[in-house]
Amino acid sequence: MRYLLTEEQKMIVDICRQIVKDRIIPVRAEMDEKGIFPWEIIKEIGKSDLFRLFIPEEYEGMSTGIFEVCLATEELSRGDLSVAASYAASGLGLIPILIAGNEEQKKKYLPQMASGGKLAAFGLTEAEAGSDAGSIRTTASRDGDFYILNGTKQWITNGGEADIYTIFAMTNPEKGVRGASAIIVEKGTDGFEFGKKEDKLGIRASATRELIFTDCRVPKENILGSEGMGFIIAMRTFDQSRPAVGAQAVGVAQAALEEALNYSKVRKQFGAAISSFQAIQHMLADMATNIEAARALVYHAAKVIDSGEKNVTRLSSMSKIFASDMAMKVTTDAIQIFGGYGFMKEYPVEKMMRDAKITQIYEGTNQILRNVVALDMIKRGVL
Amino acid sequence: MIEIKIAVCIKQVPGTTEIKIDPQTNTLIREGIENIINPFDAYAIEEGVRIRERFSSGEVEVIALTMGPPQSREILKEAISVGVDSAILLSDRAFAGADTWATSTTLAKAINKIGDCRLIILGKQTLDGDTGQVGPELAQRLGIPFIGYASSILEINRNKMKVKRLMEDRYETFEINLPAAISVVKDINTPRVPSLRGKMKAKSVEIPVWDAKQLEADEDEVGLSGSYTQVVKIFTPKIKHEIKMIEGSPGEQVEQLYKELKELNVI
Repeated sequence: MRYLLTEEQKMIVDICRQIVKDRIIPVRAEMDEKGIFPWEIIKEIGKSDLFRLFIPEEYEGMSTGIFEVCLATEELSRGDLSVAASYAASGLGLIPILIAGNEEQKKKYLPQMASGGKLAAFGLTEAEAGSDAGSIRTTASRDGDFYILNGTKQWITNGGEADIYTIFAMTNPEKGVRGASAIIVEKGTDGFEFGKKEDKLGIRASATRELIFTDCRVPKENILGSEGMGFIIAMRTFDQSRPAVGAQAVGVAQAALEEALNYSKVRKQFGAAISSFQAIQHMLADMATNIEAARALVYHAAKVIDSGEKNVTRLSSMSKIFASDMAMKVTTDAIQIFGGYGFMKEYPVEKMMRDAKITQIYEGTNQILRNVVALDMIKRGVL
Repeated sequence: MIEIKIAVCIKQVPGTTEIKIDPQTNTLIREGIENIINPFDAYAIEEGVRIRERFSSGEVEVIALTMGPPQSREILKEAISVGVDSAILLSDRAFAGADTWATSTTLAKAINKIGDCRLIILGKQTLDGDTGQVGPELAQRLGIPFIGYASSILEINRNKMKVKRLMEDRYETFEINLPAAISVVKDINTPRVPSLRGKMKAKSVEIPVWDAKQLEADEDEVGLSGSYTQVVKIFTPKIKHEIKMIEGSPGEQVEQLYKELKELNVI
């Protein structure tokens, strides 16, 4: 189903579909099996100007809003969630620069990423700080014109592949969450190394790595905003990025539905295509209905953000919760429709289910996001 | 300052999977068939754009050309969406029915009109005509060297290029003076996906149309009247499947088979 899209938005969708068809689908199974980072595809996405969608025109971008980012992310996710996650994670890494960066920082970093030549990454999570993001232990202590970073970040998407990292570290540990700051760290800085590359259930082609800082000296100019603003920057970043996780979920669910529908029309049992059986029909109908509902919520959240509305945390979180839970259900049902074949790696649906799982976990588990939604509702009412 | 001007000659052809021939008239059924860029020409476009990317901005200009009916404008727009700088449509009723010779005549006139094209790139052949003749004929008309089946451009400057080509059993590397024309094979590159900027430019771009008058072409040298050959009939060859079983012991079978093949002059 195609929403009423502008000509430019249709162009974005068409470009993504061509990339999915020509570049992603032929190689996704191998990338998944071997855990190959999709650099070739990322470069193609860059050449197609899709990274420019994150970035305003004055920094060589073509950004018109989060909605366009969601469109691109959804379409790429139909091909492969690893690719879409790498794409969206780069956006996640640069949103803090958009939100809190000064003119100099924007001019320095955004154009490099607009062309797709370089990726960004977002470094918040640590071994002891996941949903409880306030308990990060990485420190950034001031030493003259530098901050000295020490600590280890965990499960960082695009880790090792990205050139630009937005790192959240404690500049004043006594202050708790109010003592956290966001600092840009470039790959290649002395004292900044990459640790273990994770072997994952899903999105296996995406890079998920540890970032290890050992007396890593970063110029003081690299701080985003001012000391102590880190947590606020992180939360405002998530407000904008979560609909794109919802879009990832919608995309992978859509792909699973397409596979299941096509298979149900050719698979014969008891002398008839299984699509003629009501049990299968109802599953397909529910899958399609839930995808449409999730898509509507994701698009709505994106458009509300683009309208300039300030209190978007609740809606943004809802879109991610609903779409990711939906995607887990739809991809599981797709395997069910495939029966035993769905369980086999020869068919793409088992991978889609493995991939979909992460959307319920990253950028805020659905449990912590339900807390966010509930707390916002208790504070501000149902609205 | 433009150092190297590159002309890429492309053609609109019917989408490959949907070609049907009307059994009554033996002509292509064109109704409802999607037209596409001749697939080999996509490699020619990409190579033109890649050559430009080897140089600094503004040093190389890539111009796409096609001769065809007004709807051929669509493939020129596609060429622009993947990075070609500008495009020209050669369209006139007088061009209709052209064979490869009349086509190359028309293209040569357009290339001369553009002026100072240092390199002309074509796909190795088209899907519909399949002759592979337009490239060499065009070079002949322009009086410039031609290298067919190029698989890699090793070096290029305004005056010279080093090009590797793919033959059936070997590669050959040539150094040739420019201007020259080449035809490319699909090994040469992987055509890119359109960019958003390219698509937006393609949407708004004005594509000039050059007719016979603007090309200063006499009516009897272009189109059907300028053609030495004419397609009289297109047909799907009937393949006869006759199977004859030879019986007997293996030795007798071999002997009988040898005898029959000998009679058929196969061996």
